[in-house]
Amino acid sequence: MTPEIGHFAIILALCVAIAQAFFSLVGATRGYVNWMAVSRPSAYVLFFLTAFGFCCLVVSFLTNDFSVLNVASNSNSQLPWPYRLAASWGSHEGSLLLWVLMLSGWMAAVARFSKEVPKDMLSLILGVMAIVAIGFYSFLLLTSNPFDRLLPPAMDGRDLNPLLQDPGMVIHPPMLYMGYVGFSVVFAFAIAALISGRLDTTWARWSRPWTTIAWAFLTVGVALGSWWAYYELGWGGWWFWDPVENASFMPWLCGTALMHSLLVTEKRGSFKVWTVLLAIITFSLSLLGTFLVRSGVLTSVHAFATDPERGVFILGFLVFVVGSSLLLFAWRAPKVGLGGRFSLVSRESALLANNVLLVVAAASVLLGTLYPLFLDALGLGKISVGPPYFDAVFVPIMVPAMFLMGIGPIARWKKSSVPELAVKLKWAFAIAVISALLMPFAMGDWSILVSFGLLMATWIALAGLVNLWTRLKQMSSGEGRTLLGSFLAIPNAYYGMLFAHWGVAVFIVGVTLVNGYEVEKDVKMSLGNTVTIGEYTIRLDALKDLKGPNYTGVEGSMAILVDGKEVDRMFPQKRMYNVQQMPMTEAAIDTGFTRDLYISLGEPLNDGSWVVRVYLKPFVDWIWGGAFLMALGGVLAVSDRRYRRASQDEENRGEKTASS
Amino acid sequence: MKPRHKRFILVVVALALLTLGAMFVLKAFRSNLVFFYTPTEVLAGQVPQGQAFRIGGMVLEGSVGREEDGLTVRFEVTDTLESVPVQYRGILPDLFQEGKGVVAQGRMNAQAIFIADQVLAKHDENYMPPEAAEALERARQIKMDNQ
Repeated sequence: MTPEIGHFAIILALCVAIAQAFFSLVGATRGYVNWMAVSRPSAYVLFFLTAFGFCCLVVSFLTNDFSVLNVASNSNSQLPWPYRLAASWGSHEGSLLLWVLMLSGWMAAVARFSKEVPKDMLSLILGVMAIVAIGFYSFLLLTSNPFDRLLPPAMDGRDLNPLLQDPGMVIHPPMLYMGYVGFSVVFAFAIAALISGRLDTTWARWSRPWTTIAWAFLTVGVALGSWWAYYELGWGGWWFWDPVENASFMPWLCGTALMHSLLVTEKRGSFKVWTVLLAIITFSLSLLGTFLVRSGVLTSVHAFATDPERGVFILGFLVFVVGSSLLLFAWRAPKVGLGGRFSLVSRESALLANNVLLVVAAASVLLGTLYPLFLDALGLGKISVGPPYFDAVFVPIMVPAMFLMGIGPIARWKKSSVPELAVKLKWAFAIAVISALLMPFAMGDWSILVSFGLLMATWIALAGLVNLWTRLKQMSSGEGRTLLGSFLAIPNAYYGMLFAHWGVAVFIVGVTLVNGYEVEKDVKMSLGNTVTIGEYTIRLDALKDLKGPNYTGVEGSMAILVDGKEVDRMFPQKRMYNVQQMPMTEAAIDTGFTRDLYISLGEPLNDGSWVVRVYLKPFVDWIWGGAFLMALGGVLAVSDRRYRRASQDEENRGEKTASS
Repeated sequence: MKPRHKRFILVVVALALLTLGAMFVLKAFRSNLVFFYTPTEVLAGQVPQGQAFRIGGMVLEGSVGREEDGLTVRFEVTDTLESVPVQYRGILPDLFQEGKGVVAQGRMNAQAIFIADQVLAKHDENYMPPEAAEALERARQIKMDNQ
């Protein structure tokens, strides 16, 4: 009964979305106040119905209801319960239900937290989101119903793909989808602005926190995905330029550009048209990502062509959303008008250049991701575009962007000057150059790439420090505060910027050092054998059989020796999952601040020995640490009082009228 | 210089930079494309000399063997018509099995052995690497044409 109730709730949700889109959009454009009043409560109802439907699916998974096709294909009675929970969004159908849950959640949040937005504008925004929702609810119900029954019911389930049986995979999809879908909010803001013609600095102030928080979620989502690939795929890589990864990375790049262009639109009223275009592009790339991952087109273009129902639906919807919003853009954008002027050397210019670089980077990733698919679809042959292309293109594009990250935040709005910037930043630059030249020696050997990477990282970090120091000095001399007082008085948004930029610096350190100094060894080991990597000697002491809840396997016991003394013990595993008979390498990783020691069991050989791979990866965790710092910066920026003041004023006013 | 001229020069410089960037991207793109061939095509000599490419198909049953060092693996990739000997040093993916789909990337050496530097297998039990499926499909078509 539960799945049917859930199914019914989702059907009701679709009806609510249709009504909401109609009343909100027509009401807002015609000025019917009563119609507009529908939009906010219906967002709550939509969210409630979807959350209810989602819970129904979760209950089916948790109670092992194998009469539901989705449960039978993706779960198993032996599966531990956290993974049964994660399995609810591990399948195609379940992940789409998660998608619409996130979308309705964002809609409810917009309805709740946008009190300062005028009624007609809010109506338009929710109406646009409701149209997106209609597309996805119909897609869910027509092609990918997660509540389909299986008759006769299965005795047991086919189990969740073992690769997904992992704590990282429990939170990765929700985070990623929060980000993907979160960009629908700024997209809706942009479309609403185009329809109403209200595209000004207040509009930018409303849109900014939504964009930033979605971006922060996406950052965490992408980082978790990369971290998962690192420890779960078992072979130590952290980014493969795989189409699935690129699908999430492209919206991230454009979302980063969008955040910065919104800043200019709010502070200076410039870049309005560009901002709106970026908002449309960013959300379109999120939809494209959903299409790539969910249509099966990556697995095989031909399978997609023979069973095109799902793919064609999303592709059609993608074309509809992108086409109609670009059409609207072409029609309305010329009326928007230009913002404040600025000179060549100014913060606006730095941000514009960064925007262009980020978008070009996203475009080059798009080329490498889609071109092989096009060729294949047209029957012109099969090719692949490997990591060398992406590395060769992406890094050179990002280098000037990273250099500008040091200058932009310190440059004045409207008009700055080169000598002024040089005076402010000369010490930061000098120290960055010297330390970048010297630091590689501390790591062992010097190479130009490592030195250059460290130059970028220290440059960004030091320029941030200089920025903070200049600001503190200005505040204490100008407003007569103590240093500590000004430290506390600086708004959170500013710290958010600093943290995010420092996050980039930390990330660059991680990437540079792991690429420059990683050591990898494949060796054949029998009991008692040792292998030495860096300062560590690894000895295989024992191999024992392993029995987990839904797998069996072998576990190696490895002693880690430094100067002949045992300092640690590590236990890499080779698992065989019972249901799918799928082998899995479960690497043992000793995580450290300055290095990871990584051991994975390859395969057994006839004489009882094993092929073992060991890695020493210096500073690899800084990669994800940097990403989390960036996301933290986003959260800090959103927590700025400035965004809440307007809504609090509104509430205070409401209370006053209520009490009077 | 009038502001109009200044802006004009700025636009020209920006466009020049963008063109330069685009050319650079396309050049990197072209030199990093990896083409795919089936074993039949490899033996027919249609592959580029000295350039990396991909082959795909099934791992021939009974063909997997190891060298003395325990690390170098030899196997044959077949599309059911022809098969190509492959040599790879390192650890094979978890789902590499005889009779299952596989894709390898590397170069041919002088002895007509494919020296792979990357071996990919499927991601889960149901799904076949697209290239492997393609190789079998092309072989099937050749068989049908011959009949």
